[in-house]
Amino acid sequence: MESALSVRSVTKKFGDFTAVDQVSFDVEDGKFFSILGPSGCGKTTLLRIIAGFYKPDGGTLLFNGKDMAGVAPNKRPVNLVFQNLALFPMMNVHENIAFGLRRRGEKGSSVDKKVQELLERVGLPGSGKKQINQLSGGQKQRIAIARCLIMEPTVLLLDEPLGALDAKLREHMKVELKNLQAQVGTTFVYITHDQSEAMVMSDTVAVMNNGRFEQIGTPQELYHEPKSSFVAQFVGNNNKLRVQVRHDHEGASVARYNDVFDFVLSERIETKSKDEEYDLFVRPESVVINPEKDRKGFHVLPVDVLSILFDAGNSRLIVRPVDSKDEMVVALPQTREFDHIKAGDRIHIGWDMKNVTCFKRSDWKLYDEE
Amino acid sequence: MMKNRKQIKWGFLFFFLPVVLWLFLLIVLPHLELLRLSFTKANTGKLSLDNYFAFFREPIYWLTFVRTAGYSLLVTFLVMVISLPVSFYVSKMVKGRYVGVLMILILVPFWVSELIRVYGWMIILRESGLINHLFVALRIFKEPIELLYNDVAMVMGLVYTSMLFMVVPVIGVMDDLDDSIIEAAYDLGASKIAIWKTIIIPHCAPGLVNGGIIVFMLVLGSYLTPNLMGGKNSLWFTEQIYNQIILYFNWNQGAAFGFLLLALSSLIVWVLLKVTKQSLKEVVK
Repeated sequence: MESALSVRSVTKKFGDFTAVDQVSFDVEDGKFFSILGPSGCGKTTLLRIIAGFYKPDGGTLLFNGKDMAGVAPNKRPVNLVFQNLALFPMMNVHENIAFGLRRRGEKGSSVDKKVQELLERVGLPGSGKKQINQLSGGQKQRIAIARCLIMEPTVLLLDEPLGALDAKLREHMKVELKNLQAQVGTTFVYITHDQSEAMVMSDTVAVMNNGRFEQIGTPQELYHEPKSSFVAQFVGNNNKLRVQVRHDHEGASVARYNDVFDFVLSERIETKSKDEEYDLFVRPESVVINPEKDRKGFHVLPVDVLSILFDAGNSRLIVRPVDSKDEMVVALPQTREFDHIKAGDRIHIGWDMKNVTCFKRSDWKLYDEE
Repeated sequence: MMKNRKQIKWGFLFFFLPVVLWLFLLIVLPHLELLRLSFTKANTGKLSLDNYFAFFREPIYWLTFVRTAGYSLLVTFLVMVISLPVSFYVSKMVKGRYVGVLMILILVPFWVSELIRVYGWMIILRESGLINHLFVALRIFKEPIELLYNDVAMVMGLVYTSMLFMVVPVIGVMDDLDDSIIEAAYDLGASKIAIWKTIIIPHCAPGLVNGGIIVFMLVLGSYLTPNLMGGKNSLWFTEQIYNQIILYFNWNQGAAFGFLLLALSSLIVWVLLKVTKQSLKEVVK
């Protein structure tokens, strides 16, 4: 299948700072592709390069195999839904949507017909006469997307368009946007810092950090098989345990936590020196409370319960492994089975060795860790 | 309670009275007297419309009047055309502290009196002036040419003196225009001309009309620049008023001219607002 968009080792520098560093990827026609990364990772810069607002310092950009070097934004077969939507306040809804067609020189009733069709498609029939300031946040959203879709772009770029909406509406728009994309079949490239948005909507997600792609894959792959420490922590929730890795006499890698607990890993890790520091990642939802004794391939850890965070189906325990200063988050299933657990109790937790990942510690900061 | 109420009234009066006195003594009262004068005959003191009839009888009067109105509109239009790119540059292209530097560069000429500024232009343009010296030295001109005392010099001078009053309000509205709106238009296939036509100018309309009204009134009522730079070849209607009152001591005729000018400026401002579909309330805000 031909790629609607191919990016080949694109680089962008601002002075000494490299915002986008040798990024390459392909988006198949009709797919929903997300770029997920913390603020400042270069995702907006990358999007602006694709839209044509920035000239890359290196690399090439192809739309349906056509090189876009030197093509101005108004001549590219790509449209951008801006973060603040950037609807034209001096025009009404109809004029906003018809804007692109008019610039192409289309006139008369065919424009009106297309605008009406699109208004129906985004679920706002008959609101062509409304002024922009009469619309609600969600309606503005749909008009901004309709305004781009009417151009029938090869690729539709979306720059965190849900960022300005309140939480409830955002949940709703996620589903709606996904359905809309499936319906129109346009290739979407969506950038966001919200992993839930990326996971729910996308066919493929690229995780971006420090101007590079850490991993490209389906949401499931990113969640179950993260390829780097960054992805493990950024996609989904994860507990991080500082461990040292060594090898036992059978050659398997063993992660030692807190100098006491040994966890045999399912995959071998090649260590270079003894001083290397590793992180063991355990997802709160893969932790089992009070597992059966001597279960095979299970890591067990005694912990003290610090507090219980009751949040209906999303309830969690905050626990502290004994003799440590670490804290872990454990999912607390509301099956009434664990109602007896109180703060201060000592319990055992465990997880299947296949459900953990171990990566060498790397120095990066998550934006929300401050 | 009563006492408190009275205090508020006194406070209100304290600030309100100067405004009322200012308006009444310096603007309303003299205008009422001028209005009376304009409707009385100079020698007999009787009520008559002669002063207004004289305006229409003498072609030199109403021709000057029409000329003044036309050139004022032209100057206003030219100032708009020039100030749009200037404001765009200051507001959108320049970043950080250079904005302040540019604003000061725009403001600095206005720290000097209008008279000095006009003399500056005269030094540059006159027969023995800077441009003539330069062009003769470069052999573009065979001999010095008088560049002053014509309509072109006068319009240029008027544009120069009123530039600031357009640039400042237009920069004000231009600052409110989100960059992403311009980018969105560009992204949706608009050419640069289309962006100016459909996005920037409609957005700046209140600022342009605001500046337009100020510039138009300033130019229409200006005396110094047309007199010094236009000379005898380019008559301005204010010069006719001056002539009537100062040279001929005909206050009645001068007053009639004054009211005609007031009527003209009110009419044109009203038409300007109607044509651009702006309300006065919106524009003066």
